[in-house]
Amino acid sequence: MQFGIFTVGDVTTDPATGRTPTEHERIKAMVAIARKAEDVGLDVFATGEHHNPPFVPSSPTTMLGYLAAQTSKLILSTSTTLITTNDPVKIAEDFAMLQHLADGRVDLMLGRGNMGPVYPWFGQDIRKGIELAVENYQLLHRLWREDVVDFDGEFRTPLQGFTSTPRPLDGVPPFVWHGSIRSPQIAEQAAYYGDGFFANHIFWPTEHFVRLVGYYRQRFADYGHGTPEQAIVGLGGQVFMAKNSQDAVREFRPYFDNAPVYGHGPSLEEFTAQTPLTVGSPQEVIDKTLTFREHFGDYQRQLFLMDHAGLPLKTVLEQLDLLGGEVVPVLRRELDALRPANVPDGPTHEALVTASLAGPGTLEAATLEAGSRLETSAR
Amino acid sequence: MTARTIAVVSAGLSQPSSTRLLADQLAAATARDLPAGTRIVTIELRELAHDIVNNLLTGFPSPALRHAIEQVLSADGLIAATPLYSGSYNGLFKSFFDVLDPDALAGKPVLIAATGGTARHSLALEHAIRPLFTYLRAVTVPTGVFAATEDWGSAGSSAGARTALTARVERAGAELAAAIGRRQPAAEADPYAAATPFEQLLRSP
Repeated sequence: MQFGIFTVGDVTTDPATGRTPTEHERIKAMVAIARKAEDVGLDVFATGEHHNPPFVPSSPTTMLGYLAAQTSKLILSTSTTLITTNDPVKIAEDFAMLQHLADGRVDLMLGRGNMGPVYPWFGQDIRKGIELAVENYQLLHRLWREDVVDFDGEFRTPLQGFTSTPRPLDGVPPFVWHGSIRSPQIAEQAAYYGDGFFANHIFWPTEHFVRLVGYYRQRFADYGHGTPEQAIVGLGGQVFMAKNSQDAVREFRPYFDNAPVYGHGPSLEEFTAQTPLTVGSPQEVIDKTLTFREHFGDYQRQLFLMDHAGLPLKTVLEQLDLLGGEVVPVLRRELDALRPANVPDGPTHEALVTASLAGPGTLEAATLEAGSRLETSAR
Repeated sequence: MTARTIAVVSAGLSQPSSTRLLADQLAAATARDLPAGTRIVTIELRELAHDIVNNLLTGFPSPALRHAIEQVLSADGLIAATPLYSGSYNGLFKSFFDVLDPDALAGKPVLIAATGGTARHSLALEHAIRPLFTYLRAVTVPTGVFAATEDWGSAGSSAGARTALTARVERAGAELAAAIGRRQPAAEADPYAAATPFEQLLRSP
């Protein structure tokens, strides 16, 4: 089981002080937060990709390349990489390059983006969102697996005898997650390729996502990648903690009430009752997160949103101390113990390499941890 | 024939509400022309006002609002009644239909109704409320019912004689019942059942 954090990279005024960080401060804060994630024992840092204020992370592989040099164990990922508006050739090359620099500590989550105006900025048409996601990923998938690619599609100029460089590290492409909050077609896409499916359910009620994840698991099995239980699932989460539950609520309320996404809407109490947001003690976070497994089955990656709505860096770093120090060790122990031996662990480059050396394997074999887990696989 | 369900959505804000009164009369008139056992579910938007605004802000409905939406979507016919504010439906009425999926009411028989101070506002039914449901591709029945304050005071309602309002209510109810009778019982679309196999997505140009 992998635990980590994902960031939107918003520049938001701190409602407690009225102060707005500069872009420079926010970008450096994201770096500090990622380094802290490694220090407190988390496995993954993922950054969003946005091309409009108030967001800063327009160039994820630049940031993740810098982080690759600043960290040694952390998996560097995205949440999400825009498969609709980025040229798949550029994604293939940028992430292969990053993979080499980070010695394989790289994967990525693909998404369609959430704002229509972004599409024309990159020469695309939002009305073609799903079609772009389908065609672009089909090409990206080939560019990482075929040394020489001929391609003729609807959305970009044809390729003839094209080789994307550098080739993926050890001949193994970065693991791909497909992120979606509402489209069955994206769950279908993830299932078709045997890729991971990430359900960022932080703003929506659980029941909706239970159906979406259930659908992905079933289709994963239908396409012959393993059993539904062996599909690779990631989930979002959002927490704010204090030793004492009442202190957490009191400290977080102004940030909640003014948050860009849900502020001035439901009360903190309503929102925590209806969504995965947990504001309380570390034990309450543990209890709520453990319910995710009951709803979605054994899963491979849990990402938390920790740095948004204007929370100052100092607070975020303290939150990460609690997350890494008190919450994740318990969750890791509990969830790893509950996961059956034939359900894969979170995907790593080493496991993918091991599996590719072991011969033509299936995805779930590939993502089983190297060693005994692989040998005792039910498959 | 399966028992049918009529959903009533009332955007009246006062308690008691003449909009609700009109909606109830329309529901009763519709049910009279449908087989016994017809179920009427009534949704007072006032009780969901905060939840509707929250849904606009967060993008998802609270459990109470989701239940109300499901009742509307699974109904065989809808009676939609609003008081007129500033020459049109009130904001709460519009906001409720704004949080529905744009296809949610496609093909559903709908009877539109409104209340206002004087009959001078009655055409708001035709220039504001009917176009909303046309946009949503609902099937509005020809008669929309407007009740002005004076309509409630007309002679005859207690004596059993037909007033002009009663006649319109009965005609509209009969039209909605007929529209419901022409259709198969409503079933909610399952987005997962209809999902396209990926090979098909890959092949589509």
